[in-house]
Amino acid sequence: MQGLTIIVKKTAQLIAGMIFMYGIYVITHGHLTPGGGFAGGVIIAGSFILITLAFGSDVLKLIKEERGTTVVESLATIMVVLTGTAGFIFGTGYFFNNYLPKGVVGALISAGTLPLYNIFVGIEVAASIFIIFLSLIIFKEESQL
Amino acid sequence: MDLSISIILVFMIVGAIYSIHAKDLLSAVITCGIVGYGLVICFLLLKAPDLAIVQIVVETINLIIMVAVVLDSSREERYARPDSKGFVSATAVFVMMAVLLYFFYASASPLDKLGTSTLRMAGPYIEGAAAKTGSANLVTGVVFDFRGYDTMGEAVVLVTAVLGVLTILRLKGKK
Amino acid sequence: MTAYILCFILFLVGLYGVVIMRNLVKIAISVSIMEFSTFLFFALLGFIDGGVAPIVNPAEPDKIYVDPLPQALVLTAIVIGLATTALLMAVIIRLYRKYGTFDIREMKNLRG
Repeated sequence: MQGLTIIVKKTAQLIAGMIFMYGIYVITHGHLTPGGGFAGGVIIAGSFILITLAFGSDVLKLIKEERGTTVVESLATIMVVLTGTAGFIFGTGYFFNNYLPKGVVGALISAGTLPLYNIFVGIEVAASIFIIFLSLIIFKEESQL
Repeated sequence: MDLSISIILVFMIVGAIYSIHAKDLLSAVITCGIVGYGLVICFLLLKAPDLAIVQIVVETINLIIMVAVVLDSSREERYARPDSKGFVSATAVFVMMAVLLYFFYASASPLDKLGTSTLRMAGPYIEGAAAKTGSANLVTGVVFDFRGYDTMGEAVVLVTAVLGVLTILRLKGKK
Repeated sequence: MTAYILCFILFLVGLYGVVIMRNLVKIAISVSIMEFSTFLFFALLGFIDGGVAPIVNPAEPDKIYVDPLPQALVLTAIVIGLATTALLMAVIIRLYRKYGTFDIREMKNLRG
């Protein structure tokens, strides 16, 4: 896939980092401000998609990226399930038990296991959407060969 | 509130009708964005900022995927001469729409007026959520604590959809 | 009440597109329109007049909040909707590569 002109490349370089940081902010403050794992994950996937569209890439490199992203997505899904199971083991015997100390409402480190769920679900959603995009691009590239 | 939501909804309906009847597939896909971005404004008016943030990003990525599919095709929808079969199905769908609209009206009239929601579970969730979960954002508290099984199921559905996409779009088999 | 009726009319427009249209991309668009109207109906059900967004501020405890449960249900459904739309588009692009058309009636004639 070919990249775009140099203006688009420079603008994408400037913007993509900020979009990525905003996604991380939305995920980590998911229990305080609007947002959360689902919203932040989609935003992070958007920053990766912007970079891929602006710079273009080789098919082999795209396939390598896709393989790595699949591993990340599977690990994040396993971590979501394991965090739910940890409530069964450490808590009082039911899944999704919020067993960590709650803290003060409104502080960044609070709400027990909710920030952990936010982070893992955010990684999973970002990886899933990026895999969908990558597989579409790879399909179009391979069928043109 | 009812009035402003209704005005935006009328715009969304006009956009949807145009998008279904457009000649060029690219303009149909882009006009579908009217419905999605109008939905964002509706969510903001309905005091749901979480949904607005998700919807505005999802709609953009949705447009990227649809445009990527449409761009390398012929893009033109061929004009199909209306035949008897199409006429019968059009009549059937209009009758079905009228019947469905009547039944929706009958079942929605005992519903509360817009703005006076009295769902039974709202009270306990709002009362207990901040103290029980320690989360200031009540929606996050409901999603990951009270309805944890639901969220885990959604995560698994997402993984399944990704597996389906990977299986369908694979050209060469792997060992 | 008007908003409920208009929301259902949007759903009916999507249904009309699914039944009448023969172009696969148009069918995918109609399915996503039906999804959007369902999301909006859930959000309408939870709205309370004079309510604020469901984010607790410990300094001011006495406020009316909008119902968080329908929002939580819709939040996950939006992302799933993106994934299912992408799955539909994957099937469609695969069919286009095989038959060379988006029209389902032509596809039926070309089979075999």
